[in-house]
Amino acid sequence: MKHKCDRCDKPATVHLTDISEAGEKVVKHLCADCAAGEGIEIKANVPIGQLLEDFIQSATSIEPVPSLTCDVCGMTFAEFHHEGRLGCPHDYDAFGEPLAAMLAGTHEGATEHLGKVPHRAGGDQQKQTAILRLRAELKQVIGAEDYERAAVLRDQIHELEEL
Amino acid sequence: MKLADLAQRTAEWLRTDEEAQSVAISSRVRLARNLAGMPFLARCTESQQAELEQRLRDHIASPEILGDSFYVDLAAAGDLDLELLVERHLISRHHADADCPRGVAVSNDETVAIMINEEDHVRMQVLRSGVRLNEAMEQINRIDDLLEQQLDWAFHGQYGYLTACPTNVGTGLRISVMLHLPALRLTGEFQKAFQAARDMHQVFRGLYGEGTEASGDFFQLSNQTTLGKTEAQIVSEFTQQILPGFIQYELRAREVLAHSPERAGLEDKIFRAVAMLQSARRIGSVEMMDHLSLVRLGVNLGQITNIPLETINELFLLAQPAHLQQVAGHQIPSKQRAEMRATLIRDRLGMG
Repeated sequence: MKHKCDRCDKPATVHLTDISEAGEKVVKHLCADCAAGEGIEIKANVPIGQLLEDFIQSATSIEPVPSLTCDVCGMTFAEFHHEGRLGCPHDYDAFGEPLAAMLAGTHEGATEHLGKVPHRAGGDQQKQTAILRLRAELKQVIGAEDYERAAVLRDQIHELEEL
Repeated sequence: MKLADLAQRTAEWLRTDEEAQSVAISSRVRLARNLAGMPFLARCTESQQAELEQRLRDHIASPEILGDSFYVDLAAAGDLDLELLVERHLISRHHADADCPRGVAVSNDETVAIMINEEDHVRMQVLRSGVRLNEAMEQINRIDDLLEQQLDWAFHGQYGYLTACPTNVGTGLRISVMLHLPALRLTGEFQKAFQAARDMHQVFRGLYGEGTEASGDFFQLSNQTTLGKTEAQIVSEFTQQILPGFIQYELRAREVLAHSPERAGLEDKIFRAVAMLQSARRIGSVEMMDHLSLVRLGVNLGQITNIPLETINELFLLAQPAHLQQVAGHQIPSKQRAEMRATLIRDRLGMG
């Protein structure tokens, strides 16, 4: 059954069942404009799982997808855009501004962490990125069957991790 | 401890002893962490994933972290074991369905579960019955501190703890409370609650978390924002500003139902549900959830006095498909399962 808006003649797209002060059931049919006038905000009816995709879309719909590539794991911004998951911790730096804009959209405008900080010095980002780079190279040389170089890289990774 | 033993007992976080539990059944806090110097899981080679599983498992499945606990190697686990863990909220659907070296370490009382190689390298959760988020938060923080003494987490000066999906970055903290909202659905007001949650940067999810359907009027309410607030701020906003509103909303709707001219109609629904559960010889899990939800409402409204809430909570768990099959010790076709379920329910409701 199609309803017209209770307030105007436009087709109703918002249907609500309310409980009046007297405890009576009141069914309302409103168009989007009149609903907004009542303070009822209607958002696109998308599954919750698509939340991130929405933000990616909104962050990138105006401009084309930025052509950025992480020089550590090789992930491109377009791949992230498609998969919704990042490739490695360094992506957070490699995707710079576009990613920061997306974070602001997801986290009530915030782009700075205010919470817990690890007690240990393991938070040293240069070291973390250095290890990531070595691991990426290790993956490559194993693919190329250069086991001599692989052994050297493994030792270097181990050394850095022990620091 | 054997996994099969779980299938016959209730979970600590499902025990009920507070009035607030008429709406809020259980609380959960979860932290997402990744090892520094490693790619995120999807970009790891298989041998890196195996290395992660091995390394993390050695540190996590220890008495120091979890007390008495057990570890399940999910890559080697059978389908029934995986389903049982999902039904008990110890792993996610995503973790069960994945196809890489992965596992979960669970404290014997099931209040702590640490998933290895889920979407992030580590996802730890603490569960509590009722609304006990502060307590759960303290415990998960202690566990994180202990792990941090042995493991370097990927951490960024500006963005905090780094996660595979940017929706978890910062604190990596997701808190959620499982809510029973039958009156909001019966009065047709749930949609408004759902939209209000979105406007307040909160999210309603299904019974088993992200991407799952709500069933029997059970929903998980959780925070969406993980960045730009301290952990304490996230917990206090949620427990003081967000959660009480939704609990009140449901309680008000129950009040309205109980005093409306339609009261008889509601009672009719509730007592029909009781009769159905007490009489059925075959019952599916979805149908059971719907009836149990109404019976639970009846108990909370004081209309039903001879069925304890514990019994209802227990049935929500024990009559799930994997639980029934674990007890039987093998897979069972759904028709026979429906018979077993009906028998179990009649037995627990004292109908023999």
